[in-house]
This record gives sequence, C-alpha cells and structure tokens, in this order.
Amino acid sequence: MAGGVAVNAAAAHPTPGPPLWLLLELTYRCPLHCAFCYNPTDFARTGPELATDDWLRVLREARALGSVQLGLSGGEPLARDDLEVIVAEAHRLGFYINLITSGVGLNEMRIRALKAAGLDHIQLSFQDSSRQMNDFLSSTRTFDLKSKVAALIKQYDFPMVLNVVLHRLNIDHVEEILAMAERMGAEYVELANTQFYGWAWHNREQLMPSRSQVERAEEATRRFRERTGRPMRIFFVVPDYFERRPKACMNGLGSIFLTVTPDGTALPCHAARMLPGLEFPNVQSASMREVWFDSSGFNHFRGDQWMKEPCRSCPEKTRDFGGCRCQAYLLTGDAANADPVCDLSPHHGLVTAVVNRADHAGQGEHAERPRVEEKPLVFRSPANSSTLFP
Amino acid sequence: MTDSSINASSRPAIERRFRLQWEAAQNAHVLLYPEGMIKLNGSAGEIMKRCDGKATIAEITADLEQAFSTTGLSQEVMAFVALAVEKQWLAVLP
Repeated sequence: MAGGVAVNAAAAHPTPGPPLWLLLELTYRCPLHCAFCYNPTDFARTGPELATDDWLRVLREARALGSVQLGLSGGEPLARDDLEVIVAEAHRLGFYINLITSGVGLNEMRIRALKAAGLDHIQLSFQDSSRQMNDFLSSTRTFDLKSKVAALIKQYDFPMVLNVVLHRLNIDHVEEILAMAERMGAEYVELANTQFYGWAWHNREQLMPSRSQVERAEEATRRFRERTGRPMRIFFVVPDYFERRPKACMNGLGSIFLTVTPDGTALPCHAARMLPGLEFPNVQSASMREVWFDSSGFNHFRGDQWMKEPCRSCPEKTRDFGGCRCQAYLLTGDAANADPVCDLSPHHGLVTAVVNRADHAGQGEHAERPRVEEKPLVFRSPANSSTLFP
Repeated sequence: MTDSSINASSRPAIERRFRLQWEAAQNAHVLLYPEGMIKLNGSAGEIMKRCDGKATIAEITADLEQAFSTTGLSQEVMAFVALAVEKQWLAVLP
C-alpha cells in the first residue's frame, strides 16, 4: 500500500510523537539583567503578552496532544499576577508543573497560593555563591532575597533545583556554589555552562571560560560528588564549545519540545525565532495541533532530508541529529550546516578559535597571542535591547 | 545491589518526590519528577500502580496474578521492587 512517494514523504517529515515538554515563556519582563540570558536581544520590540485565557487554552490543547512536563518561565514568570490561575488549570489538567524562577517576587503569600494551586517543583537560579558576585552578574541586589526564597521553598516542601549558569566570571567558584546548594538543602543542582544564544551570544567573548577553567570545575564537581554521595544530585552541563560532538539539541527539533513565547509565537526551541526563512505560527491564530503537526516552522527540521554533508551520510546523525540549528546558523550563517561543535564539520575551526582566544585571554605578555577584546558586559534590560535594536 | 530488608511483607510506596500517572498519549504509566519523566513498561506500570504503601509485596503479587490469570510472579515482582528501591522510585515501609 505504501508507494515510493508516500515512503519518501514520510522520511522527509516523519509524524512526530507528542510534544511531551511544553515550555511557556509567560513574559519577557524580568527584575534581573543577566548578561548570559538566552532570551532574544530584541525582546523589547516583541508584541504584547498573551492574555490569561490564551494561556489556559494553550494548556488545554497541549495536554490533549500529550504534553505532560510543563515549564513556566520567562523572563520572570512571577511578574505575571495570573501565575496562580495558570498553575491551577495546569494542575487540573494533569501536568507536572515546574516553575523556573529568579525567586524575585516569591513571598510567603504567593508560595502558599502556588502550593495550593498544585505547583510541583521550583527551580531557583543563583548567579554565584557570594552576594557580591551574584549581584554583579545579575546587575541587581538580589542575593539575600534569593537566600530567603530558598528557605521558603524548603519550608513549603517543594523539591528544589538550584540552577547556576556557569561562565568565565564564576566557573572558578564551583566548590563554593555546591557548598551553598548543600546548605540550602537543594535536591538537585544544575551547573549549566552558558549556551551561547541571545544575550550570551552578544557577550560571548567575555563569558567564554578557558579549557583549564572547565577542567578545574569538572574536577571540583567530581570531588564534591565523591564526598557527599547520593543526597544531592549534581548535573554538570558541559559547555559544548569544548566538545568534539554536538549536543542532541532538543532531541531533534520538533520531536518532543514545544515552547510558546510571551507574544504567542510557538517555537521548536528557545532560540529558533532567529532562524531565517522559517515561519513560526502564533497560538492566537493556530491551534496547538496545527502548530505541532502542520506548521512549516515545526516540520522543516524534522527527519533528515534537510541535512547537508557531513551529517547526511554520517552514522551518528540518529544520535545527535546534526546538533543545534541555531548554533549552526549563528556560527556559519546556514542553519542546515552541521553544528560546528562537531569536529567533522568543515567549520569546526570557528569554535576552536573562540576557545583558543579564551585560553589566552589575560596573557598580555604574550603579544603574539590573540586577546579577548576588552569591552563591558551588556546586561539584559529593555533599555539595552532598545539600544541594540532601535 | 539488593536490599535484604525487602521481603514479602514489605509495603512499597511511590517515593515522595515522584508522581506516578497514566499517560494515554504514551499508552504507558510514567514517573514524573522535577524536569524529568521515566516511561514505564507494562509490567513495571502494573506493579507500581499497586504500590500504595498499604499493600504488602505478597498482596501485590497475588493481585497481579489474579488480574492476569497467572501464577509464579513473586520473583519478578520482588526483583522489580528491589530495582525500583535502588533507583529511589519506591520507598519501602516495614
């Protein structure tokens, strides 16, 4: 019954399973101004945020498709005063609900309401282990507040994931960060090396650690794990610029992950809006079923027909799906290229050049070596966004 | 690692940081936890949904044997509970 044409069509855009992971970026408003944020640098010019009813409809439609893990993020999701309403509906529908927050705005009244609404888990971000560095890196005075929020999370018996984005300026503090997480009673710690998109891409040269920094951080993590054993689980997300094979980004675009941005644009990954030539649907005019199954933006990078060499004939393409499309685009200008993190990519030298510059930064006495250009970090803020994209 | 403290009169319960639920879209029971999910196969799902902290392993086994009109499941159930305890999906009450 299956003719050749049908088989080819299936290979081009295989029917995906459910969008198991749904991430709602409820707002771009954020009290923090982190220089490594993955949000788009032009967020100040995006449209108005979806209304409560739109978010509730998105939840119902996605749940009907089989979405089950729900992330509520942003920006800072607590900036939405309807967060409790959204959580309550998600809980009624059977989602497992993760709140991904800076902690700013999470007072006792709100955490009690969120518990009652059925929130399952809170991921709290810190920017470093000391007040001075946390507050510098987030361009705010929030360390003491976050510490109080960590205590509230424990008091209300939420499982707590403590998330710290690592980069050149804080990666040497991994031991102190882990000790802080242990003191706070975190069940999980994510030491997430910066992924270079959005603001982090803009500040890449300033944020890129050196090889020896990464090695020392991995070693410190290993020692800590050995000492403490099971109770606190530590995830060390390796910075992919230091790898020889790319990450299996999103398990392949359009395979399990769906995110909706504050203005209702639906994307197959956090950063995909930057990819040129793709049209992404908006949930105000398309149902989640149309978004997931029918839209060209979600179908384009499904399967492997879009691949070029060396990916197309590579036996590892079923494992890493060619890596990250956004990274391929940012570094090579063509989203269909192999992710240049892969050392089989003809563009791999672009990645090693960045790492080499980071290795030799600050070694000015070696005049022949390239140096990190000295320029200030650009912190994520509406004002800086408007300056970059007037 | 097998936990010698597990026996037929132990009462397993879903570990408090996990949530077990049936997912029609996946045609499977899943264990949900912070930012993660474990999809269980058929027999694992059938065992775990009976782990309510009240039933003993012997009672769970008997219930399964009746539900699936079979006998001789006790070894399989015991082995799975031991594995699930090691993975911290289940906690065992004496």
